Amino acid sequence: MKYRKISWLLFKRQLLDWMSVILSLFAILFGLFWLFWILWTTLSLGISGLSLDLFTEMTPPPNSETGGLANAIMGSLMMVGLATLLGTPIGIFSGIYLAEFGRRNMLGEIVRFINDILLSAPSIIIGLFIYEIYVTRRGHFSGWAGVLALTLIVIPVVVRTTENMLRLVPTSLREAAYALGAPNWHMILNVSLRASFAGVITGVMLAVARISGETAPLLFTALSNQYWSLNLDEPLASLPVVIFKFAMSPFADWSRLAWAGVFLIVLTVLLLNILARLILQRKTS
Amino acid sequence: MHNSSTNVLIQFDHFNFYYGKFLALKDINLSILQGVVTAFIGPSGCGKSTLLRAINRMYALYPGQRVEGGLRIGDENILAEDVDLSELRKRVGMIFQKPTPFPMSVYNNIAYGVRLHENLSRSAMDERVEWALRKAALWDEVKDKLNQEGMSLSGGQQQRLCIARGIAVHPEILLLDEPTSALDPISTMRIEELISELRGEFTIVIVTHNMQQAARVSDYTAYMYLGEVVEYNKTETIFYNPQKTETEDYVTGRFG
Amino acid sequence: MSANIVLSRKVNKYRAIWADFLFFQICRAFALLTLIALFGILFSLIWGALPAMKQFGVSFLWSAEWNPPQERFGALIPIYGTLITSAIALLIALPVSFGIAFFITELAPVWMKKTLGIAIELLAGVPSIVYGMWGLLVFVPIFSEYAQPWLSETLGILPIIGEFFSGPPIGVGILAAGIVLAIMIIPFIASVMRDVFEVTPSILKESSYALGATRWEVVWNIVLPYTRVGVVGGIMLGLGRALGETMAVTFLIGNINSFQGFSLFLPCNSIASALANEFAEATSDLYTSSLIELGLVLFLITFLVLSASKLLLLRLSKSGGEQA
Repeated sequence: MKYRKISWLLFKRQLLDWMSVILSLFAILFGLFWLFWILWTTLSLGISGLSLDLFTEMTPPPNSETGGLANAIMGSLMMVGLATLLGTPIGIFSGIYLAEFGRRNMLGEIVRFINDILLSAPSIIIGLFIYEIYVTRRGHFSGWAGVLALTLIVIPVVVRTTENMLRLVPTSLREAAYALGAPNWHMILNVSLRASFAGVITGVMLAVARISGETAPLLFTALSNQYWSLNLDEPLASLPVVIFKFAMSPFADWSRLAWAGVFLIVLTVLLLNILARLILQRKTS
Repeated sequence: MHNSSTNVLIQFDHFNFYYGKFLALKDINLSILQGVVTAFIGPSGCGKSTLLRAINRMYALYPGQRVEGGLRIGDENILAEDVDLSELRKRVGMIFQKPTPFPMSVYNNIAYGVRLHENLSRSAMDERVEWALRKAALWDEVKDKLNQEGMSLSGGQQQRLCIARGIAVHPEILLLDEPTSALDPISTMRIEELISELRGEFTIVIVTHNMQQAARVSDYTAYMYLGEVVEYNKTETIFYNPQKTETEDYVTGRFG
Repeated sequence: MSANIVLSRKVNKYRAIWADFLFFQICRAFALLTLIALFGILFSLIWGALPAMKQFGVSFLWSAEWNPPQERFGALIPIYGTLITSAIALLIALPVSFGIAFFITELAPVWMKKTLGIAIELLAGVPSIVYGMWGLLVFVPIFSEYAQPWLSETLGILPIIGEFFSGPPIGVGILAAGIVLAIMIIPFIASVMRDVFEVTPSILKESSYALGATRWEVVWNIVLPYTRVGVVGGIMLGLGRALGETMAVTFLIGNINSFQGFSLFLPCNSIASALANEFAEATSDLYTSSLIELGLVLFLITFLVLSASKLLLLRLSKSGGEQA
């Protein structure tokens, strides 16, 4: 019976082991508890606030029965769309530089380092920066300022994923292209980038997901606008900023709209994340 | 040969091993003798490492890997539900393909395993560490480096450190899973010498893809192919007078 | 014939060289943009903060007065609020994240490993405004009704520690902000920890199991020391998030710019929420400039923390690469 002998030391060790298992189980339940609670609130309150008016009516003054988020949704779509259009090519070319030209050299190392810092820098600082260089020059808040702030958030995300994906392209594939006499730029754009296309698209989608919910950088760049507006040269409403304003208010109808808005954002962000994952999975499998 | 007793220590009895649904070891019946060196040889994928890793139930770490049949050490059925793995592995040490020094000092690498199973005083621990390092023929090389990181030693020294770590807890059985596959020829030679010195004191089971190594260090050899033990006998017999043609083809290099 | 081939080869060669050169320059120019952005941020913040720096000097950092009507500004309260909320968040998030990473890497069956990993990564993507709004409208009422009275009755009566858990249970305040911040950074830290834990070679873990170590002993004695650099990097990454977080804190911290006492139940302010609440409404130039200087302080703090995290994670990937 020697393998079943229970010594005091062994007992203590096993007790510790089981305690750690139980505590880690608690940890995961603790984490999941809050997160389910948050998602559940968003889902239940958000769905009850959904209606067609949300997409057709403007943000209302307090205590009015009607009202929606149409101007905020349009503003968000415009700013997120333009920021993605501006940020994506810049991010892809910088990513190409890092992966193809800057693997070992000094500039590559520095840019990579700084890009990672910008990736997790407080987004409110980005807003402050755009305020300083753009809003004060123009003299007023504007949609363009919001676009610029969001662009600055898109770029590091796209740079990071582009570089990572390009690095996964096998050397043999590159060499095969060079062996055919392809010039460098041709190889990179038509072989490397094409081989990692799905990954780069994933990065762009993750960037879109990230800026869809960003509030802080819009607070003093795009500000907000109570009315329907397509003019990027004046203050522009956006979903997150409207939610911020409405959620802090004591008015019940504003709070209802805020939950509906949060629901829309969470839905968008989760769908984009899942879609990005699926694309990447299909590519790797 | 050596002063080996004829007591059977490890006994496989109609032993099957599954990776998920795949039957990797088929109806293994094998008796490993106490105090001798037994080698498992065979082409890669034949299941020799799998068989070795059953003896300390390493497979239990991985869901989906399971066994059937009997496996006894002494008179103990070690496949029983209530066998304590920690206690089992105290009695069955293992050394891996690559040196695996833990991220701590040379001294603590040895003391780590001992502390798991015994409460020793500082001086008793010092003695134990020195004893294990001497056994592993490493003491003279590292006695001034006990506080250095285990990673800082050379590859061959790291592997001997791992052997010292394994014997420091006083196991009965040592499992060596291709212990020299990552080492240069000189380090390999020293490990083989070490195995010869440890023979008798421990029951040693070694998996190797190197037939010369099996011939040099082992007393008994099992030739495995496709998850089955083809032939098991004294090493001399396996290499010079194999009973089966498959074995002869393999050991003479006609196949594998 | 042969002259033609040579000629066309030459033309092609020049064209290729020229195109390659242009392509390289375009890529490098865009890469340089990142550098310019960072220095632009730094420079513009310093430029914007100059009036406040001139007016208040270094004492801006430790003056506790924030008085817009009288135009006297000091950063101590928001700095204190930023640091203390982040500290609370880290204190809660750290053990929980470790437990989650331990569970996912060592205990969970394969199918659950994947699901939990994906769930954590998805949750790290939920925008912070959601956490803030949920915190204010759902968490705070329950927190002030049940948790705070309970805390005052238990921890509140202890000497010294009791100081931190006394005062009116109004919900909104430092502790509420810290807790919601913790909930928000748990997915970040847990996913980095899981990633670095999985860097540990399985053969190393097996060697420890082979000596008879338990799961806990393997993780605590082998995995954690092996990945310590990466773990610290991950913690710093979470800390960087917490320090710079705006929305989750703004909803919950109470936004009061004067020191109320050491109790964690009391409202305070953080740098990011001061900016979010006051910047668009700042009337005078000195007020704006002081807020920008606050931003500069926040940027420098997070820059230091993130640089440290990045360097540590880099060191792990390098040493991991050598051993592999």
